[in-house]
Amino acid sequence: MRHLKSGTKLGRTPAHRKALFRNMVTSLLKHERIVTTEVKAKEVGRLTEKMITLGKRGDLHARRQAIAFIKNNEVIKRLFSEYSGRYKARDGGYTRVIKLEPRSGDNAPMAIVELVDRTIQEKKAEKGKPEKLARKAEKAAASEKKTGAKKAKAPVKVKKGTLETAKSRKTEPEKTDKKTAAAPKKTKKPSSAKKKDDTP
Amino acid sequence: MAVPKQKTAKARTRRRRAHDALKTPMNSTCDKCGEPKMPHRVCSHCGFYRGRKVLEVEEV
Repeated sequence: MRHLKSGTKLGRTPAHRKALFRNMVTSLLKHERIVTTEVKAKEVGRLTEKMITLGKRGDLHARRQAIAFIKNNEVIKRLFSEYSGRYKARDGGYTRVIKLEPRSGDNAPMAIVELVDRTIQEKKAEKGKPEKLARKAEKAAASEKKTGAKKAKAPVKVKKGTLETAKSRKTEPEKTDKKTAAAPKKTKKPSSAKKKDDTP
Repeated sequence: MAVPKQKTAKARTRRRRAHDALKTPMNSTCDKCGEPKMPHRVCSHCGFYRGRKVLEVEEV
C-alpha cells in the first residue's frame, strides 16, 4: 500500500537523494525554471513549495529551517523577500510541471519545473539564452556582416519571430536574409501576448 | 535435460503470438501549428502548450 509514503527514492541512498534534491531545489529557486526528468521534477516542485512556505512564514525559525536545506545564501534572501511577497495571495501551488517529449538517448520522460507568476522580464531573459547561442552559430556560419550586439539582442527576445523563421526555414533553406529582415520587426508584438502567458 | 517432445505447429505459434501486436502510440495535434505531438506534452515543433503558453525555443 502507498499509505503515508510520499516522495520518491530514485534508486539512490538517502544521503545521495537528499544532496540531489537540496541542489535541485536551490537551483530552481535561483533560476525559477529547470528542465529535468518528470519524476524528479514533481519531487523538486513539492520540496520547493515547502521552502516557499517557509519563506512566507518569515520568522527566525523558518529562516533557520530554510538555511538548513538550501545551499545558497542569495537564494535564502530571495526566498524571504521576493518570493514571500510574490506568493502572498497563493495557498500552495507555487510550482508548475510541464511535460516535455522524452529525452533522446535514454528516452527518459522529461519535464520543465518552474515557479508560477514569473515576471515577464525574467521570461524574456530566459528565452534569450538558447536563442542567442543559435543565432551566434548562425552568424558564424553566414559571414560576419552584422557584428553589432544590438542586432543580435533585439530579435533574441522575440518568440514569434523565431516561429516565423522556423516556418520560413521549412519552405526555403536560404533563410539568412529573411531572418534578419523579418525578425526585428516583430520585436514589440509578442510582449503584449506574453503578459497573459502565466495564467495557469 | 528437458526437451520438447513435439514440434510446435505453425498454428500454435501464431495463436500464441495473437496477443503480441504492438499498439500505436497515442498521438494528438498541436493547437498552434497542427503538427503531430504527444498528448499532454509541449509541442516540440513550435514550443507551445495549452494555447498561448510559450515554453520552449525552437531548436535550430
